[in-house]
Amino acid sequence: MALKDITLGQFFPGSSPIHRLDPRAKIVGLVVYIVALFLAQWFVTYAILLAVLAVVVKVSTVKVKALLKGLKPVIFLLVFTAVLNAFYTPGTPIFSLWIFTVTYEGVLHAFFMVVRIMMLISCTFLLTYTTSPLALTDGLESLLSPLKKLHVPVHELSMIMSIALRFIPTLIEETDKIMSAQRARGADFDNGSIIERAKALIPLLVPLFISAFRRADELATAMECRCYHGGEGRTRMNQLHFRPGDVMFIIGAVVLAVVIGVMGRFGL
Amino acid sequence: MDPIIETRQLTHVYSEGTPFRHVALEGVDFAAMPGEYIAVIGRTGSGKSTLIQHLNGLLKPTDGQVLFAGEDIWADKKRTHQVRFQVGLVFQYPEYQLFEETVYQDISFGPKNMGLDKDEIDRRVRQAARFVGLDDGVLDKSPFDLSGGQKRRVAIAGVIAMEPQVLILDEPTAGLDPSGAAQILENIRTYHQEKNACVILVSHSMEEVAREAERLVVIDHGHIPFSGPPADVFAHGPELEQMGLGVPAMTRVFARLRSLGVDVPASVYTVEQARDAVLSALKRGGGR
Repeated sequence: MALKDITLGQFFPGSSPIHRLDPRAKIVGLVVYIVALFLAQWFVTYAILLAVLAVVVKVSTVKVKALLKGLKPVIFLLVFTAVLNAFYTPGTPIFSLWIFTVTYEGVLHAFFMVVRIMMLISCTFLLTYTTSPLALTDGLESLLSPLKKLHVPVHELSMIMSIALRFIPTLIEETDKIMSAQRARGADFDNGSIIERAKALIPLLVPLFISAFRRADELATAMECRCYHGGEGRTRMNQLHFRPGDVMFIIGAVVLAVVIGVMGRFGL
Repeated sequence: MDPIIETRQLTHVYSEGTPFRHVALEGVDFAAMPGEYIAVIGRTGSGKSTLIQHLNGLLKPTDGQVLFAGEDIWADKKRTHQVRFQVGLVFQYPEYQLFEETVYQDISFGPKNMGLDKDEIDRRVRQAARFVGLDDGVLDKSPFDLSGGQKRRVAIAGVIAMEPQVLILDEPTAGLDPSGAAQILENIRTYHQEKNACVILVSHSMEEVAREAERLVVIDHGHIPFSGPPADVFAHGPELEQMGLGVPAMTRVFARLRSLGVDVPASVYTVEQARDAVLSALKRGGGR
């Protein structure tokens, strides 16, 4: 049902050039792009960034509809930001309502803010849509590995993350199943007051927690049975290799950020 | 007699509009009579779970209709909710849905949602517990202290306590030892006979469905290719095997005997029938 449609952290398998990029290149590219987003100032820079995003989406063969679906949960945040910005930016007033004043600058600011958040979320989703969770955590681990010198347990953290990512779909499926089972006994999750709805969650949460703990326990046993003892001396089956395309991708992203930064300086 | 539950040209598509689009059912006509014992068989992913979740309104058809007692269950919201009490659905591994502090409270969850009064709930809980062979001492225990087989029986009792006219069970014996499985099937049969309820059993154990059900419904790739009494369905041995289903061991043995030219009946699917058939064949053969 509705739960199945949640696309948080979901991977759409594919073989586009974006799918095949090294996950590290994609992560670095994303971070640089986000920096560029914050350097953008005016229509020109936003338009360039949007065009770049559109090209990457096109190449990745990810459907625009899927990206927009990812924006659904943040609609409230978007509206909230827009309203706050519209009312609280000082400048030339357009109209006043009691003590609130909407300014010309405020409306513009609100518009840019909303566009920025939407692009931010879209490009992040683009990363998770085109990168398998495993590749993603491998990439993160590799990028963060210098921190090992500072005794940060990078491997353990990335293992925790990949297990968490791995279990999101499983837990969603489990939630769906338990919800169905309780619905079959007449449970009602959609109607009633807030207190009634919160109470209705008990038959869902208790079995869900029990099964999550059971799974965690089984997984820990299974890992121990295979002599897992952390990252020390562990090798990988799939080594990550930078190819020319990956380097180009990062350079492209950096150039983009620099150009946007310079243009932003000039107020474009 | 009119069917108690029926689907008309039922089609269900999962994840429409995404790369994961999947047609689970396509134009399925399925009907069950009051008091009938039906087994639905099909391999994993054939669409059988999707079908049964339509029967009590957990899934909404993409296309087509589901009728309970002749009326569309999606006619209005209240009816959909009511149908869930009339069509009891026991999911696979139902023991994972237990949540209450005591077995008694867990079994009473369904009847409570029906809005019954306290005495009626009490009567139903005790009767349901009796149906699945749980004694009164267990009712005050925590469901999490019970054994796997007992937990499963508590979960089944939780559905039986709603006294549904149609009881659907998805693989109720999965993961149980043979004696536990036999007990559960016995409990289901008791409910079927005493309440004259329609039972729909989903399974992939051919021996099990052959012994229990009056009628088999085969599902394959979202369609129903065969439906009928076990003997008729098992006559399609080769086709069933192609669907990855196979036939009971006895049916296979007798088909092989027939192909070797031995004069035995084709419609044998239980050990008891096999014994009788062999004995009568021996008698005819004059003790050769």
